[in-house]
This record gives sequence, structure tokens and C-alpha cells, in this order.
Amino acid sequence: MKQFQYVQPATRQAVLEAINKPGTKIIAGGTNLVDLMKRGVTAPDKLVDINHLPLKNITVTPLGLYIGALALNSVVSENKQVIEKQPLLAMALKSGASPQLRNMATVGGNMMQRTRCGYFYDTAMPCNKRVPGSGCGAYEGVNRMHAIFGASSQCIAVHPSDMCVALAALDAVVIIAGKKGEHRVPFTEFHRLPGDHPEADNNLAPGELITGVEIPDNNLAKNSYYLKVRDRQSYAFALISVAAALDIKNGIIQNARLAMGGVAHKPWRLFDAEKALVGKKASEENFQQIAQLAMQGAKAYGYNSFKLKLAPASITEALKHAAGLV
Amino acid sequence: MEKAINMNRPSSSDGMSRIDGRLKVTGAAKYSAEYAVEGLTYGVLAGSTIAKGTITALDTKAAERAPGVLAVVTYLNAPKVPGFQPDQKGIRAQLKVFNDNKIFYNGQPIALVIADTYERALYGASLVKATYNKEEHQTSLTDNFGKGFPPRGDGLYKRGTEDAWKSAPIKLEQEYIVPTNTHNPMELHAIIARWDADDKITVWDKTQGVKATQHDISQLFKLPLENVQVNSRFVGGAFGSALRTWPHEIVAILGAKAVKKPVKLVLSRADMFTSVGYRPHTWQKVGIGATADGKLTGITHQAYGQTSPYENFTEGAVNVSQSMYACPNVNTKYNLVALNVGTPTWMRGPGEATGSFALESALDELSYALNIDPIEIRIRNYAETDPENGKPFSSKHLKEAYQLGADSIGWSNRKQQPASVKKDGWFVGYGIGCGMFGAYRSGAVIKATLKADGTLHLQSAVSDIGPGTGTAMVLIAAEQLGIPADKISFENGASDLPQAPTQGGSATTASVGSAVYKACADLKTEFQKLTGNNTNDKPDYAQILKQHNLPSVEVTSKSDGGEGRDKYSMNSWSVHFVKVLVNALTGVVKIDKVTSVADCGTIISPKTARSQIVGGAIGGIGMALMEEAIIDHRYGRYINNNYADYHVPVNADIPQIDALFVNKPDPILNPMGSKGMAEIALVGMAAAVANAVYNATGKRVRELPITPDKVIG
Ligand SMILES: Cc1cc2nc3c(=O)[nH]c(=O)nc-3n(C[C@H](O)[C@H](O)[C@H](O)COP(=O)(O)OP(=O)(O)OC[C@H]3O[C@@H](n4cnc5c(N)ncnc54)[C@H](O)[C@@H]3O)c2cc1C
Ligand code: SF4
Repeated sequence: MKQFQYVQPATRQAVLEAINKPGTKIIAGGTNLVDLMKRGVTAPDKLVDINHLPLKNITVTPLGLYIGALALNSVVSENKQVIEKQPLLAMALKSGASPQLRNMATVGGNMMQRTRCGYFYDTAMPCNKRVPGSGCGAYEGVNRMHAIFGASSQCIAVHPSDMCVALAALDAVVIIAGKKGEHRVPFTEFHRLPGDHPEADNNLAPGELITGVEIPDNNLAKNSYYLKVRDRQSYAFALISVAAALDIKNGIIQNARLAMGGVAHKPWRLFDAEKALVGKKASEENFQQIAQLAMQGAKAYGYNSFKLKLAPASITEALKHAAGLV
Repeated sequence: MEKAINMNRPSSSDGMSRIDGRLKVTGAAKYSAEYAVEGLTYGVLAGSTIAKGTITALDTKAAERAPGVLAVVTYLNAPKVPGFQPDQKGIRAQLKVFNDNKIFYNGQPIALVIADTYERALYGASLVKATYNKEEHQTSLTDNFGKGFPPRGDGLYKRGTEDAWKSAPIKLEQEYIVPTNTHNPMELHAIIARWDADDKITVWDKTQGVKATQHDISQLFKLPLENVQVNSRFVGGAFGSALRTWPHEIVAILGAKAVKKPVKLVLSRADMFTSVGYRPHTWQKVGIGATADGKLTGITHQAYGQTSPYENFTEGAVNVSQSMYACPNVNTKYNLVALNVGTPTWMRGPGEATGSFALESALDELSYALNIDPIEIRIRNYAETDPENGKPFSSKHLKEAYQLGADSIGWSNRKQQPASVKKDGWFVGYGIGCGMFGAYRSGAVIKATLKADGTLHLQSAVSDIGPGTGTAMVLIAAEQLGIPADKISFENGASDLPQAPTQGGSATTASVGSAVYKACADLKTEFQKLTGNNTNDKPDYAQILKQHNLPSVEVTSKSDGGEGRDKYSMNSWSVHFVKVLVNALTGVVKIDKVTSVADCGTIISPKTARSQIVGGAIGGIGMALMEEAIIDHRYGRYINNNYADYHVPVNADIPQIDALFVNKPDPILNPMGSKGMAEIALVGMAAAVANAVYNATGKRVRELPITPDKVIG
């Protein structure tokens, strides 16, 4: 790999100053970034290590639960407050990667992880995300893992995270620090669709630092389920994943949250399907109907056409689990 | 008192642990890349980015100028390999690496960058820029059947009437596809090459056969055999990938010559997909017919397998259909298709693993068409003698194996009607698949030294790629001589040790074990000569040596390939039973339980034998459910050449696995009564899984791997 500088600024302010220069990259757990550097996909001049910043806390706030950007995926998934208040998040995290990776991976790094599209990873292949204008290798290529929602002719990659699917479903908010201080962005608006700029995965501006996420309290804990359909039972990215959370009283759904992973360039929140669930009886037939509704606008690209069938099947299966029907 | 071991069903704690287990788990075992050779430099390969054509320009300047880079070796400046034959073609015509500007496959080595550190070599390799004259390439097997050719003769086999299945009352014909599987052992292939003089070299190299590698290097570089020292003390898995000498080994040797320093070359995980072979993508078609009561009348088995443009790799994919069942009419056809890929090689259960997926699936399909239990149809067509040549089997106890396995898996719970058992949203199904593999033995030499302190030292060149060869050899000697196993040591994996065959084809224990057996007999004779007493079979050797004031007694004993091959058909046999759960909505397959029963003669080392069977079953689960190296044919380039995207089973995929043994001696193959077990542990497993998925869901998947999309598709 290319030679690079490595710095460890002492304070948040110093980090913000360091990352404000082109060619710099933040390193947290390094589980994604180092791989990309080894493969030559990204070649920063300078790495800014942020691991010592005090951003590891998980605390109860008036709104709900705050999780620092440097909290480890494994720690979050085993945290008592998280398991009690937001079991969906714990389940999603536990389904991701491997125990060793989760022990290194951070919440901020997880949000910022790049797509696993094979063409993106191979510098001998065309890829608009890696080299804008070089073409999309996957569009007419082996796109089994690729998007069925919200893609563009420029890029059909998916965001690979499990954690983010749960956070999108749970109305989380991202807390971001920049030159002008802190601001908050709804999780569903953090990642973006590829459009004509697939090189940008999200709306974080250059020089900004994710400091944490906050999840508002809800009544969904009892009926939550994260389903991950994959080619092997662990240590594989989702073909389709579904985060489902329901508030059920007397068999009737009062409130619902639903999001999918493995289908789009961002965690794919199913707002219409959520609305349609409210007031319905929690039954397999209803879930099947709503799953079909969620598929409106889906489009496949060849190898991934099975997702048009697998996605609604997975939504049904996840809702059944969330509702306690299996 | 020692607990008696049930040799039909040894538990994981039964038997002696691996003699090198502690070394391996503590990191003390040194693998090829781990030798701190003085003055070591580091090589990294740059590969082609086209699949066919010629290099028109090679810009190595930036790489040469990069910090720490010592040399960039390419076809333009590489020392010549005197042993490359200009017009060599066909079998064992290896890639003439760095010989000219021709590109045969994507990822072919075009440069070796050597630097003072690995990182600097890696960076240097990224700076090598090639310009190509690109030609149209072919990497798709199924698009190129028209270019198929028989590797030998006409590629045809016939017994009885051709295509007899077509006139059977019950018949079917189906296509079965096994994709490219890569061995991907945990240890990356690695070599350290050091020239000791102009005509003398030492390599520390990952190989399954130090003697074969020594021979190849001596031939290629025209060196006296004894001037080539090959060391491969520990091998971190290979499954066939280290059965031959590959281009990267030649390249490292060339590199060491160019920089006049020792060079270490460790392949990257991506290199592993293009550099050390793989199980070839193979398309098969089986026609099978039977009488209404389930007697097979005809099998027609065709296969097209892929090979490289410069070399014909063949395996016995269609051979199982010739010998597995008593069927009067069998014809087979085997063709190769040369594609722009590297040469395939043997991978655990080579040929048979591929062929048995087709045959055992087709037989299962036939059993449903006949409405006969899949075990019953196998019993009705049981071959008591080898139908291919009429010879008796040296041993075959497969019927007993069926019984043992059926009891263990709970076969009586299976419903003949597919998709009839569902629990909590998951279909439940059972499947069976059988395996066979030739039982081989070849010549080997053991040097045995019995010392006055009562210890015995055994020496052999043989590699131990993980099965526990040393452990088995120690146990054979312990039993023959009555010396405690902890007083016996085994030294192996170096070319200056006594002759041994390459570790492959499940033949090591039969071959080297027979030499150990012979050495023990020869030692006893020496002691009888000393004492004049030939009544005590297991005397106190140490005391005798002390009495005669001797430091040690040493024998070098040779065992040959054994007799009887002309009179007997020798094979190991297996049957795999699988219980699966299949999610009714998502098509996810979970293996709930596996029972594998091996008929592989006498069990010498219960613990390592058990782990062979368990490992083979896991390999079979991988082949069945997830393994597939995928090429984007537009570029002829692999797109999942890493451990995250090329899936092998992880712990969560692995259920309870019962490893059972018939444990009856084979009276012919060797004096221990053993037969090989490594291949049969995997052969037949993929079909067992596919058959269980069918029983669970009614969905027949004929193209591996059985991923959720295919189950719901
Ligand atoms: C083999 C493998 C399998 C995996 N499987 C899964 C899976 O199944 N599901 C899943 O969800 N994930 C999976 N992952 C991905 C894993 O979750 C991510 O690699 C991890 O979460 C990244 O976190 P990190 O702290 O290591 O990030 P790093 O690698 O350190 O950084 C990743 C990116 O985030 C940026 N960054 C990090 N922190 C911040 C911050 N606070 N503010 C702004 N930018 C920041 C970095 O600059 C970099 O660009 C897998 C990874 C691997 C290697
Ligand atoms: S899908 Fe996106 S990431 Fe993949 S090749 Fe196309 S542009 Fe690149």
C-alpha cells in the first residue's frame, strides 16, 4: 500500500482541524478502511486516529438512548440498556460480521462503511463509485447482491450494514460535529441514493465527524425482530434483511416500524407499509399483503431478480417473528 | 485402566491426540513462510488484468524507483528456465511463466516485485503498468461445449448397450452442475527460495510432496537432484492445492536468482484463486433407467469439465457411474473445454465428488419416480463385485454402513412424500448420498532408530497436510513394537529424508504406514539377532541395547506398492445421511444433523480419523450450500476472490456430525487392514444435502451451490 502519515490528535477540536484537509481519513476500528487501503481502493495521505476520543459512552437521555460514535459494535449489542430498550438494534448488530470484527468495529465506522460490491473492490474493474465516470461494472455484471430500490444507471450498489437498518427503523438521529459546532440529522436522511453521484455514500460533509447517535424511546421493544437472510448462517452480508418492530394491543397493530437492508444504497425504510400495518390484525395473511405493498417500485438487474421474491417473503417472515406468530 | 473405545463411533475425546497438536495451537509449528532466513527479501506478484492477448508494453520504471524495491522481474528480464519445453502440450505442460508476453488468463503473473519489506513490495507491485493487445477470451464453460475435446482417446466408455436407459420403463435424464470450487486452505501458499550456489538451492515451500517438488525443480532448473533441498515441515491445509509445482514457485526461484538473495513469496488470498488450481466447473448430464421394481438397466453419464488453454487437467468425474452400482449397461463420455483460466487441479475427492453429485442425485430422483426408499434402491442395485471389471472387491461393507447411518440419523422419521413435514415455518427433510474412491498404496521408505533410552525415531519425507499422518505412524509403531506412543517421534517433510509418495489420493497411511510396519518387523529381527531369542515378540529393547553396549539400532525399510491390484478392485466407501431444515418463506437451508459412515478398513487413530470424517462432511456442506468462485465473463475475472465473498462453512453452519466407522480390516491392501478415508469423507455429501432439500421441500436443485434464491426460485 501507499505510504501514509498517521496522527492521533489529542482533542476533538484537534481532530476536526486535522480532518479538514484533503487526503485525510479518520480511522476508528479500521476493519473496513484498512482493507480498502490494502486493495488500493482508497489511498489516504494521512490517517487521523480518533479511538482515544471520549465517544464510547452509552447513556440514557431524556429523549431515549445515546450511543457514542466510538462505542464498539460488540459492546453496544451486549449493553443492558440497549437490549432492554432497543432489542432490534442488539439483534441487528449481532447478525453482522463476526465476533472478532464486532470487537473492533465502531458505531461511526459502521455507518461509514463502504459497499461490498466486488467491482468497487477490484481496481482492475470499472466502478463509478471508485472512479467516477469509469462505468458501473455491476449494472450488466454479476449483481446478485445488488439493489432493487432507488438505484441509478450510475450505480446499483447496496449499503451493507445491518446496524444501520435497525437505526433507520428506530427513528434514530445522527449527531455530527463540524467547524460550526454540532448538528443533528435524522438517520433516514444520513445515507443517500446514488443518483448521478455514486461516489458519495452519505451526506456527511468533508471535515465532519460523527460523534454519536440518539434513539428515541418507543413501545416497540416487545415485538421486535431482525431477520437476516444470507448465504451462510454467520459472517456473510445480507441478501435481504428486515428490521421489524411492532406495538400490538389485543392482536391489533398500533404502531409499526419497518426497514430493509441489502436492497438499496441506503437502509430502506418502508413508510407506506408501516402506515398500512397500523390498525390491522397481526396475521400472516395481512403481513403477506403488506409485504407486496412494500415492493412497489422495485426493479431487478438480472442476477438479483430473486430478490423480488425473497424480499416480500422476508418481510412476512420478519413480521411473523416480531408479532410472535412463530 | 484405559477406557475402551467404541471404534464404530469414537467420540471427540477418544484416542491419542495429534503428536503435533501442541506445537500447532501454541504457534510453535513453523510453516513455510515463517523461516527467518538470513538476508531475506520479499516478493509480491502483479497479475494481468486481461484474460487473453499479449503484453505490448510493460512499464516497470515507477516500481523500480519505489522505495526499497530491489528488482522487478518480468518476461523481459527474467533468467531463463532451462527445463521449459518449447512445444510442450497436454498433461503436465505447466504455464511457462515469465517466458514470453502471452496472456492466457486474467490474473496471470506478469511481474514479481522484490523489495526489502513486504509492504514496499506490495506498493511496488501496484505501480507496474502493462499495455496489452487484447484478444477475445472465453471463460464460460456452458457457452463453449462446441469446443469440447476428449483428453485421451475418444473419451468414451461403454459396457453393454449404449443409452439403454432410454428404453427403461422408468427413466429420467437431468443436468447437474458443479461450479468452480477453490481449495482455499487457511495457510496461503508460500515459498522461500535461496540459492546456496549456482547449482544448488534450498526452498521452504508449501507442498504436499517434497520429493515431487524436488524432482520438478531439479528438472526445470537442470540441477542435480541432491542439490535441491525442499522443506515443508508443516502444511496448513491444502486439499490438493499443493499437489504439484505451480508458477509462483518457479517465479520465486527466478526472483532469488535475479536479486542474488533469498526471496519469500506469499500468495495473497486473491492470488489463491488464480495460482494454485481449483475444482473445475463441470457440467454433467445423467440418463438413468430402471425396471418397475427398481433394478437399474442403464446409466449414461456425460461430463464437460474446464481446463486451461495450455494444459489438460483430467479427473474421473464420470467414473463413479461405472463402478458404484450393479448396472448392466453403462456408457460415459468425458470432454474438456479449454478456457482462459488457470489449470484446475485435484481437490478433495477429485472427480468422484463432482460425479457423485450427479449420479447420487439422479438415483434419488429415480427413487421418487419409483416410489422406493432411497436406501432400498441402493440395496437393490448393490454391486457385490466391481461391475466395471468383474473383480471382487478387496473389501466392501456398505450395507452395514447404510444400517449404522440410518439408525444414527433417525431415517425412520423420514417421510417418502416431499414437503410433508413442517415445523415452526421450517420444512424438515432427510437425504442420503454415497461415495467411493480408489484405495491406493505406493512404495515408501522409513528409517527407524531405536535408542538405548527406549525411544524410537521414525523418518520419512512425507508431508502432513493436516490429517495427522505422524500421529497414525506413531500409533502403528507403538502397536507393532509395544513401545509407548509418547516415546516415539516422527520426523517428516524434507526432501533429504527417506522416499515417500506425495500426500494425496488418501494413500499416505497405506503407503507410509506399510513402511513403518515393515521397519518394525525389521527392527524386531535385529533384536532377535542380538538376543538369539525369537519367542519374545515385544522385548525390553532399551535393556537389550544396554546389555550389548549399543547406543541404538537402526533400520531403513522399504515397502512397495502392495500386491493384489490385478486380482481385486480396491476402494473405500462412504454413505452420508443429512437432515435439513428449510425455511418455507426464505429458502434458507440449515443442516440439522449429519451422519457420515466410512468403510475404510481398520481405524488406526480414532481421534484423527474422526476429525477427517468431520472435516470432509464440512467440506461437503460447503460444496453443497455455498462454495462458488464466480467469474464475470465479460472480463474473464473472478469477482469474489476473497474470504468474505467466497463462502466456506463457519461454525454456525455446522451441525452435530456423527462420524461412524464400519472398522473392518481390508485383508488385501496393506498389513494394517486400513484403507484411505480423506476423499470419501466428502464424496457423496453434496448429493446427500441436495436430496434432503428435495425431501424437505419438493424442490430439486441441480446446480450447486444450493443458495436461498435457488430454493425459492
Ligand atoms: C469480512 C467482513 C464481514 C463483515 N460483515 C458485516 C455484516 O455482516 N454486517 C455489517 O453490518 N457489517 C459487516 N462488516 C462491516 C463492519 O461492520 C465494518 O467494517 C465496521 O462496522 C466498520 O467500523 P470501523 O470502526 O472498523 O470503521 P473503520 O474501518 O475504521 O472506518 C470506516 C470508515 O468510517 C470512517 N469513520 C469512522 N469513524 C468515523 C466517525 N466517527 N466519523 C466520521 N467518519 C468515521 C472512516 O474514515 C472510514 O472511511 C463486515 C466487515 C468485514 C471485514
Ligand atoms: S454498483 Fe456502484 S459500486 Fe458497484 S460497480 Fe457499479 S458503481 Fe461501482
